[in-house]
Amino acid sequence: MSGMFAVMRKEWKTYLITPAAYVVVALFAFVSAFFFYNMLAVFVMQSLNGGFGGGNLNVNVQVLQPLMFDIGITLLFLLPMVTMRQYAEEANSGTMELLKTAPIRRMDVILGKFFAALGLLIVLLIITGFYVGVVAHYGAPDLRAAAISLLGLLLLGGAFLAIGLLISSLTKSQVVAGVITFVLFLVLWIADWPVAYSSGTAAHVIAYLSVTSHLQNFTQGILDLKDVIFYLSLIVAGLFLTARRMELAE
Amino acid sequence: MLEVCHVSKDYGPFHAVRDLSFTAAAGEIVGFLGPNGAGKTTTMRLITGYLPPTRGEVKVDGLVVRTNALEAKRRIGYLPEVPPVYPELTVNEYLNFCARLRRVPSRQRKDAVARACQRTALNDVRHRVIGHLSKGFRQRVGIAQAILHDPQLLVLDEPTAGLDPRQILETRQLIRELAGQHTVIISTHILSEAAATCERVVIINRGALVAVDSPENLTHRLKSTDTIELQVRCPHGNEAAVTAALGTVEGVLKADFSHLRQEVGTWQLEVANASVREEVARRIVGSGWGLLELRPIDLSLEEIFLSLTANQPAGQPEAPQPPAGADTPIAADAEKGAQL
Repeated sequence: MSGMFAVMRKEWKTYLITPAAYVVVALFAFVSAFFFYNMLAVFVMQSLNGGFGGGNLNVNVQVLQPLMFDIGITLLFLLPMVTMRQYAEEANSGTMELLKTAPIRRMDVILGKFFAALGLLIVLLIITGFYVGVVAHYGAPDLRAAAISLLGLLLLGGAFLAIGLLISSLTKSQVVAGVITFVLFLVLWIADWPVAYSSGTAAHVIAYLSVTSHLQNFTQGILDLKDVIFYLSLIVAGLFLTARRMELAE
Repeated sequence: MLEVCHVSKDYGPFHAVRDLSFTAAAGEIVGFLGPNGAGKTTTMRLITGYLPPTRGEVKVDGLVVRTNALEAKRRIGYLPEVPPVYPELTVNEYLNFCARLRRVPSRQRKDAVARACQRTALNDVRHRVIGHLSKGFRQRVGIAQAILHDPQLLVLDEPTAGLDPRQILETRQLIRELAGQHTVIISTHILSEAAATCERVVIINRGALVAVDSPENLTHRLKSTDTIELQVRCPHGNEAAVTAALGTVEGVLKADFSHLRQEVGTWQLEVANASVREEVARRIVGSGWGLLELRPIDLSLEEIFLSLTANQPAGQPEAPQPPAGADTPIAADAEKGAQL
């Protein structure tokens, strides 16, 4: 346990003194603010027109839901930048020998790295929470739905981080880790597309693996245990396979 | 303190370490000697628990490293071949992280870091970023990290590689100071390195044990004859005369002419004992040639190696077959083995 905190502290220190984490946070803030501003601007324009031609005006459906969804996509782009170095760098610089010969468990290292990255994700979600705050200040959004959306993004991001950590443990090259992680995230994102034209079982099985369809429920304010378990099992599988990978590397 | 019992490590069909056994008593400095690719680093990794052995066990302080990993690892300090440092951290931050990893209690952490910095002369650079330090300093940070938790067993993989001569002397001095309280295992491919610091030397080749002895005994055992290198100024065409003259000196077993450059010829003599040198000098000067240099040549690791492996009983496939009087670079040979 103390080993886990030692690794977590060290990862945080690295975030604070190297540019990578700042770049991730800054890019996220810029891109998400752009999404938010545009959605809000369109919504405000429609409101001024009295909903003319748009039917019902709903700040949840027209601003927050698409915003949360787009933030999911932003995470898909940015989180590989966080995870790609985690193990690849240790393997490359020889510091793996330090971690593996220290009197700590394999899982301490894995969890330390995972929770450190999760901390960075929470910073991103706090920025997202700020947008919800702005909407709440001027309007009356469904705050429960917004909270559930944020939980969904935390679970989605957690699953991304666990998978990214696994891929980082498979290679010594940060670039390879980053590219594979990004492509895999993308595949998980679009896996439900075949359902649009196919009603076969395979299409539905693959679609179930899509992170998108599960996120959809969260953004609509629906908290379904099935979706929570989906993301949690991705996280557990990612961390467990990373541990197995470390064991087999011996 | 350390027991390596019949340890083997296979990588698929390649045997990196084969049936290796040796021990190290408390407070002893043991040199681990072998050419590049002999399995030194693999053995160090087996001892420290970085790799599990395919067969056999490593025991530290009576604890089996494989099954009792956490307890055993607490007793080990390890400097890998490449110092395991994070270039973005300062020396202080790095050592504090290592102290946490090594479970140094929080109250003792500050003292432990200060003491390690003191012993490795890192105090001036404690607040500098490791990435900006020279190789010598990084190596010292690596050593500081290994001694931080005052381990009973210290495993140092080529601790002086890449250091300048002054740093090498300082590092050797440090290792000797550490020996009293710690058992130290040092790997090196340089015999003089081992001779300078170690009480006992373990020689391996192609993953198998070749010899265990004190450096003095090893050189003694093998030095039935001495080799002398001689430089003589003589006119062109006189080489044969010099060789002949040298051959008649009593105690000279063999005189080999090696080359002549700008009227300076070089010979290698094999002599029965060191006192023959005086007579050789007298003969050269007496014959009117100029004696420029006369020095004994110590046995190199390669030579010790060749003699040791040549004496091994037949039927051991791992023993290399040294050609008679060969200058074969064993290192290259062993590396070939490593690539199999």
